Amino acid sequence: MTTTITFPISGKTFRQRATEEPAWVRYSLVTVALLFLTLFLFVPLISVFYEALKKGVDVYLAAITAPDAVSAIKLTLTVAAIAVPLNLVFGVAAAWSIAKFEFRGKNLLITLIDLPFSVSPVVSGLIYVLVFGLQGWLGPWLAEHDLKIIFAVPGIVLATVFVTVPFIARELIPLMQAQGTEEEEAAVVLGASGWQTFWQITLPNIKWGLLYGAILCNARAMGEFGAVSVVSGHIRGSTNTLPLHVEILYNEYNFAAAFAVASLLALLALVTLALKTLIEFRNKQHQTLRGDA
Amino acid sequence: MSIEVLSLSKQFGAFTALHDVSLQVHSGELLALLGPSGSGKTTLLRVIAGLETADSGQVLFHGEDATDQHVRDRQVGFVFQHYALFRNMTIFDNVAFGLNVRPKKFRPTQEEIRARVMKLLHLVQLDWLADRYPHQLSGGQRQRIALARALAVEPKVLLLDEPFGALDAKVRKELRAWLRRLHDDMHITSVFVTHDQEEALEVADRVVVMNEGKIEQIGTPDEVYEQPASPFVYEFLGNVNLFHSRLHRGRAWIGDLEVDAPEHAEAEELAAIAYVRPHEIEVTRESNGGSTLAAQVVHILSVGPIVRLELRRENDESINPIQVEISKERFRELKLVKGDKVFIKPKRLDLFPNHLTSNLTH
Amino acid sequence: MSTFKQHSILPGFNLALGFTLLYLSLIVLIPLSAAFIRTAELTWSEFWSIVTTPRVLASYRLTFGVSFAAALVNAVFGLLVAWVLVRYHFPGKKIVDALVDLPFALPTAVAGIALTALYSGNGWIGQHLKPFGIKVAFTPLGIFVALTFIGLPFVVRTVQPVLEDIEAELEEAAATLGANRWQTFTHIIFPVLFPALMTGFALAFARAIGEYGSVIFIAGNMPMISEITPLLIVTKLEQYDYAGATALSVVMLVISFILLLIINLLQWWNRRSTQA
Repeated sequence: MTTTITFPISGKTFRQRATEEPAWVRYSLVTVALLFLTLFLFVPLISVFYEALKKGVDVYLAAITAPDAVSAIKLTLTVAAIAVPLNLVFGVAAAWSIAKFEFRGKNLLITLIDLPFSVSPVVSGLIYVLVFGLQGWLGPWLAEHDLKIIFAVPGIVLATVFVTVPFIARELIPLMQAQGTEEEEAAVVLGASGWQTFWQITLPNIKWGLLYGAILCNARAMGEFGAVSVVSGHIRGSTNTLPLHVEILYNEYNFAAAFAVASLLALLALVTLALKTLIEFRNKQHQTLRGDA
Repeated sequence: MSIEVLSLSKQFGAFTALHDVSLQVHSGELLALLGPSGSGKTTLLRVIAGLETADSGQVLFHGEDATDQHVRDRQVGFVFQHYALFRNMTIFDNVAFGLNVRPKKFRPTQEEIRARVMKLLHLVQLDWLADRYPHQLSGGQRQRIALARALAVEPKVLLLDEPFGALDAKVRKELRAWLRRLHDDMHITSVFVTHDQEEALEVADRVVVMNEGKIEQIGTPDEVYEQPASPFVYEFLGNVNLFHSRLHRGRAWIGDLEVDAPEHAEAEELAAIAYVRPHEIEVTRESNGGSTLAAQVVHILSVGPIVRLELRRENDESINPIQVEISKERFRELKLVKGDKVFIKPKRLDLFPNHLTSNLTH
Repeated sequence: MSTFKQHSILPGFNLALGFTLLYLSLIVLIPLSAAFIRTAELTWSEFWSIVTTPRVLASYRLTFGVSFAAALVNAVFGLLVAWVLVRYHFPGKKIVDALVDLPFALPTAVAGIALTALYSGNGWIGQHLKPFGIKVAFTPLGIFVALTFIGLPFVVRTVQPVLEDIEAELEEAAATLGANRWQTFTHIIFPVLFPALMTGFALAFARAIGEYGSVIFIAGNMPMISEITPLLIVTKLEQYDYAGATALSVVMLVISFILLLIINLLQWWNRRSTQA
């Protein structure tokens, strides 16, 4: 005997799509998600600007044009201007060797490039103290030659470079892997030199990925706190980056000034997100355009 | 279980997927929805299943309105082109899924489920794969499992969306014959969608030819092939030659050729297109009387039992040569070589006045 | 000839790989090895006594416990946010989608002072919690809030692409077989998302463990109560206790490497289960 099972056919009418949740479920889920994001993202973001401007525009402008703040801005820009290009060159070199060639130990190399992401910022700073600090390997030698790395700008640059090593490389590696080697091989077969191939074939193909990585790298370079805090020595007007300046002002209970300087960094974050979204949008359009052709 | 579709319409933005489509699927038959992509055949199938909701019209199962019934409650078996097997479940669990998700009251016991699943796996001849995962199976095997999974819930109707579309030619042919045998054993009302005319004509009891959201013709494979109801069906099903002609009071002229056209007795100086199948053209060396067309052999393809000739009429500007199919014996009799002059005469033709064919691309 | 590298007609391999290895060694590998080599100067029992004092153990418990709780909350809400962003339409969706990455882009110090201001007794949120006797800022709960903020994008960004790629056919198949939406989610969708969810969870957890900037402002930094391990490293460093700071950082590094290994395995699992 076969078991025949009949269902009660529900008489209610609903024109709900076959794989869609009922409207009340959809609205509740959207509401809960937005509440969560509001509480943990939007409110903190808005509060930065609110606190910055709470005491008026004059206080705000005074805070961000104070000599210490200006020198912090200058230092932050300097550090980023060194760290980003260095990691850009590294990212291109790493991606070129990893994406265009087959060699043993490649996966290990990729993991090593990602390593700084999994190291605590504090540890990232500490290891440079261990190498260059007074008690460190090179400390005595540096002291003899009157060179200062830790508690000085070079240390800040090194720590920043360390924490931002992976950004550009990890954007470029998958991009260049996906593009393959055919175009470069065609160029070489046609007689192009290595540099010609790179500048005229590879670089135009990866320029958006490069820019994307550079933007993220820059945001982190300008915003890094933990690693820089360990190596900086917190000397006002000389080894203070913007995030460190925020900390100093905050610890002095100068909240309006702290938030004013913080708002500059928050603006940087928003610009970063806007550029990032723009590039992603452009890539998506580009892909669908290619798909249609 | 019969299915009735009453004037369904469905719009996707500016695109009309279905335009006032009505259709009757008889209980126990195997029906093919045949048409090019964008003809609305898949949309029709999905509306019948309840996966898509029509803008207007009704779907009746066994005379009962099911239009507003959710797909879950329709008890349809649906087989997808790309199998849609659950990759995180074994083959056994895939087939058992529909039984396992039933409310407790209606759920068979685990032993009953096991028995039924194994019976179905036996039916599709894959019971030895019960513990495997979908990615370990070939395309043909996956589609058989998808069918077993659809059958496990004892559906009232079976709907298949391009079931063999993702398979290679050989497996396709095997599965086609297998589906036909399976249907003959089970007699479950089935509708399948295909864009492959050979598949539709070979497997189905009846074929529904669709184009641009409308039904062009419904009939047995013989009917739609031998008596196409519209220029579209003529061109979609098999090869066909097109001749420009003139209609006047029950007579038609193609160049020098004059034929009776009693169904167009009312026509007054009307331009028309004559449709002639390649195998319904008679080829002779001599002109016997006035009712023939002179042509020249431009190409001969003589592999296999059927010989294909490409002919070109004198002073003919058109790019497409006339396609003719004759038997090997006839070919030997005629002793044709390239460049020979021959006379041709359609054994059968259908005339469609130009205004009916204007929307087709030539 | 060794088979280290397969033949290719493209130039620049030696230069590019040479530079890559040199740069990586100078910037990453040699400094990292410094932590291990300096620690090796300690005897095992010295090392062990440094990394197991009650204050250090309390900091581990706090760091790992709160990081785990924050990653867990992020797993639940990250899945929800990813679902809502992929499946539903609502006004401002594109902006919300872009802002999910805010914790990646916002300097941690800024996040730290903003959250502290919000959750302190007279802050926008803190003042509403005060009547219920809930104190967030300067307590472990504050650390939880900061770590939840920091880890928020990870789960969303790992789950989102997998959810986008799930074929509609799978869900339709489940529906034709009589499954309701909840059954379809638990039996069909969730198993496909699970590896990505675990990857996102592990990434958020790993990030939270090392986090410093956003936490120190809101934590209160009371030894034994609200002092995280990274802060303890800084404290030891400021007291010129290099051996102690280095030993603790080695513990952190080893845990980071183990997590990195786990994350790599999870990503491999994720790729395998979405490709099959």
